[in-house]
Amino acid sequence: MLTLHCPYCGIQADETELAAGGEAHLKRYGPGSSDDEFETYLFMRENKKGVHLERWRHAYGCGKWFLAARDTATLEVYGTYAAQTSEPPVEVKAAIRAKHPGWTWKEQA
Amino acid sequence: MSTRLQNAGRLIDRSKPVEFSFNGKRLRGYQGDTLASALLANDQMMIGRSFKYHRPRGVVASGAEEPNGLVNMGQGGYFEPNQRVTTQEVFDGLTATSQNHWPSLEFDIGAVNQLFARFLPAGFYYKMFIHPRPFWKHVYEPFIRQSAGLGKVPQERDADTYEHFYHFCDVLVVGGGIAGLAAALKAAKSGKSVTLIEQTADWGGRAVVDGVQIDGQSAADWVAATLATLGKMANVTIRSRTMAAGVYDHGYVLAYERLTDHISDKSGVRHRLWRIRAGHVVAATGAIERPLSFAGNDIPGVLLAAAVRDYVVNFGVSVGDRTVVVTNNDDAYRTALALKEAGLAVPAIIDVRPSGAGPIGQVAERAGIRVLKGKAIAKVKGKTRVTGVQVCLQAGEGSVLEEIACDCVAMSGGWSPVVHLWSHCGGKLTWDDDQAMFRPDAARGPTGADGKVFVTAVGSANGHLGTAAILRDAGLDATTNEVAEAAIEPVWMMPQGAGPKLRMKAWLDYQNDVKVSDVQLAAREGYESVEHTKRYTTLGMATDQGKLSNINGLAILSQALDAPIPAVGTTTFRPPYTPISMGAIGGAARDAIFQPLRRTPMHDLHEANGVDWEPVGHWRRGYAYPRAGEKVHDAVNREILNVRENVGLLDASTLGKIIVKGPDAGRFLDMLYTNLMSTLPVGKCRYGLMCTENGFLSDDGVVVRLADDTWLCHTTTGGADRIHGWMEDWLQTEWYDWQVYTANVTEQYAQVVVAGPKARQLLQSFGGDLDLSKDAFPFMTYVEGKLGEFDARIYRISFSGELSYEVAVPASQGAAFWQALLANGQAFGVMPYGTEAMHIMRAEKGFIMIGDETDGTVIPQDLNLGWAISKKKADYLGKRAQERSHMTDPKRWKLVGLETLDGSVIPDGSHAPAAGTNANGQRNTQGRVTSTYYSPTLKRGIAMALVLNGLDRMGQEIEFQNDKGGLIKARIVDPVFYDKDGAKQNV
Repeated sequence: MLTLHCPYCGIQADETELAAGGEAHLKRYGPGSSDDEFETYLFMRENKKGVHLERWRHAYGCGKWFLAARDTATLEVYGTYAAQTSEPPVEVKAAIRAKHPGWTWKEQA
Repeated sequence: MSTRLQNAGRLIDRSKPVEFSFNGKRLRGYQGDTLASALLANDQMMIGRSFKYHRPRGVVASGAEEPNGLVNMGQGGYFEPNQRVTTQEVFDGLTATSQNHWPSLEFDIGAVNQLFARFLPAGFYYKMFIHPRPFWKHVYEPFIRQSAGLGKVPQERDADTYEHFYHFCDVLVVGGGIAGLAAALKAAKSGKSVTLIEQTADWGGRAVVDGVQIDGQSAADWVAATLATLGKMANVTIRSRTMAAGVYDHGYVLAYERLTDHISDKSGVRHRLWRIRAGHVVAATGAIERPLSFAGNDIPGVLLAAAVRDYVVNFGVSVGDRTVVVTNNDDAYRTALALKEAGLAVPAIIDVRPSGAGPIGQVAERAGIRVLKGKAIAKVKGKTRVTGVQVCLQAGEGSVLEEIACDCVAMSGGWSPVVHLWSHCGGKLTWDDDQAMFRPDAARGPTGADGKVFVTAVGSANGHLGTAAILRDAGLDATTNEVAEAAIEPVWMMPQGAGPKLRMKAWLDYQNDVKVSDVQLAAREGYESVEHTKRYTTLGMATDQGKLSNINGLAILSQALDAPIPAVGTTTFRPPYTPISMGAIGGAARDAIFQPLRRTPMHDLHEANGVDWEPVGHWRRGYAYPRAGEKVHDAVNREILNVRENVGLLDASTLGKIIVKGPDAGRFLDMLYTNLMSTLPVGKCRYGLMCTENGFLSDDGVVVRLADDTWLCHTTTGGADRIHGWMEDWLQTEWYDWQVYTANVTEQYAQVVVAGPKARQLLQSFGGDLDLSKDAFPFMTYVEGKLGEFDARIYRISFSGELSYEVAVPASQGAAFWQALLANGQAFGVMPYGTEAMHIMRAEKGFIMIGDETDGTVIPQDLNLGWAISKKKADYLGKRAQERSHMTDPKRWKLVGLETLDGSVIPDGSHAPAAGTNANGQRNTQGRVTSTYYSPTLKRGIAMALVLNGLDRMGQEIEFQNDKGGLIKARIVDPVFYDKDGAKQNV
């Protein structure tokens, strides 16, 4: 059972307090987008053994959404950060690359 | 025979005798005994029968690894099967019965199975019960169910109570042996918060049994002193009888404390489940001795060598008068010496190693024990207990050299570290060729949130078998009295060239009856993976989870496959380490507190009114209010007719109520709902639909504009929390620059639907400052003010088709308001009505219900709700999805009404068959029923259904399945069955 640091409460939250929300940094495509764009937005998800950026909500705490960079194989957490970003902050990227040199995430290479 | 010795027994208190019963026999033991030692003291060698062949079985071990000694414990509400005699302490009044035999332990019909053992090989079930197909249901399964299972199922409700503890510590040390104690002391001295747990009742592990000396002290004194030091430290928590069941992600550990299993007084909490979050876990879990695989190694009286030693030293119990020791390592010599010291006979030590033991070998020989080097056991003699052994050469095929009479065999095949806790969360193992064991690979441990290894194995759990090495591994440099030992010689089969006859009697898994020959057969049949072999042979799948059998089994498999042991690998270690009770897992969450119940402010009034409850989410809602002697169905019909003729009350407090406020609230709601909410004038109500991004209808409800920047969104009862979360998700993560607040105020209001032709009269009878007349308070508006003494906000909306008001009052006024409505309503024939009446009335009006007409695959367009979808808006959640070709396909089934020709009711979920079959050979369908009821208003069956080309087929007949395999004819009609023009609700 994981623990993640809630960037809003500042506490190490137990997984029972959290709700998982799937992949982070999705770009929404609405009316006017192509079928390919919409399909990618709605259905195409990463399923990595390794670094994953994901959405979590401190559902039974402050109720805030935040993002986490986590290794799905070793369960190492490289950092949690605000949801109002389009890519992980510099220090989280550095923590990831320290363990996974040359790591990139989709278009946020 | 097995008996109690005059002296010895460091754990028993001879001044405190206890009486217990086994299979109805009254027996005596001492406080401190385990059930196993007390039974052996009473010469009860045979304790149960094995699972498959019903072979007689006695105890093999003295601890948690015991595979055979399982009994039914307790009576009535305290009954529990499969309790392990080696870990169950005796107490006055304990009752136990043996398992898996009929009619008695001594004479068992099922034992006939062993005569057919050669016809019951590995994979027997898979091979035998495949054909013919119909036999499975009628012959095989009933037979297997009859003969399977070890213990009996409890017949009564569990009378015990259980609880959970939440616990946090820097370091959790598991195991109260010398390694655990040393590690705990070191961590505690560094100032960390330390928790030390031990699964048994006593401390010190093997060291105190084996006469180890630490820094000139006896191990017992050292353990007592160390424990006392730890006990005085404020940062240390100590618990015995507490077993670490499993290690999980990020340092989460479950521990299982047994509080009353060892005492007569069962009044307190029985088991406590510790939910521990540990910064670091130290696994000082020791090692388990391995059996040797020789013919007859399952006959009662054949025990692990260390267990024989434990029974003598700890409990003053001799398993037999004459014990033959058979070993491949030096440790078993200690058993021979302990028995000698207790005055018992050891006719021989059979050591497979041609050069024999280290210095301890000479000690044994000086004590007068005959040591047979390079020898092995060909076969154990005896049926229900050992009568002798046949000795052979280990290097040969089993030709008998001599026969030695004995009544106990003490075997040792070496030691396996208890690596379970290390492995539970991904720790990897390495094969140690010198010691013939798998031990933790320190470089590949389980990693935590910080990416660092969070479990450390120390002592014998880490593969160190010498006292000094164990203590050094735990951080303590100490002088000890240990002497050098000769190396172990791995022996997986005894003798090395044992033929088929011997291999068929050499047991690996005692509980599941898996033999050397079974694993070899599996290998011949192509089961190369150890995980497959495990499942095919059931090796290690019993309640002991292969603690004794796994390493021997995979070594046999590796030999059969001609592959090295590390290449074959181990099966996966999964929690719990030993079984834990279901009660402990549930803890206090039982009955009323299993799941908290949400109650409306009027809940108790409904209960007093004889309500028939229906669970809706975590709420209870009144399904109907039957009167004395009235059937529920009749009550529903009465309630409907009363709403249609007089006035009815529905508790609608459970409906979700979410306030959405802020400068961008209108813009936000326009994205959330399919229709326009920003244009709704203050004071007005509008019905709205919400879809997922996939376009499917997700929730509906009435939206009210309370102020220029404030809206109130009603949701379905089950949808309140989900929709509030949905709003927050979009506001926090997508449109986070929009200025909007949301608040879920569902429980802040009690809400009552007052519906029926006399609804207005009833509300007007309260008095107050509100003008409720038709012109002053038109349909789809709301007013706020005093309704009599109540602070009311009244929405004029209708889900029943009648003149209807939904009145919200503060939750604190809810009960009083409900009572006032009932009292004032007497003159108007008021009656409460339940959710079923509400459902039927909305179906009579053709209103959809989320969860009935929708199932996650239905879009609003399917339900002819195009009028509620804005054409003006550039975007809303689900709009893009609804533009996809499949969503605009004219062949999508459309919502229609159905009237059965004969007036009967179509079964719920019924399908309309069509000609032909689909690709899977299933009958094609052309529609399905979404809601179906008997309408007391129309006095006939009505239904709503999604039907292919439904809107073009008005007036046509269609057939739906009835519940007897036949068909019901129905006519496709407009789903609005009642008051199409809305004349009744607009009065």
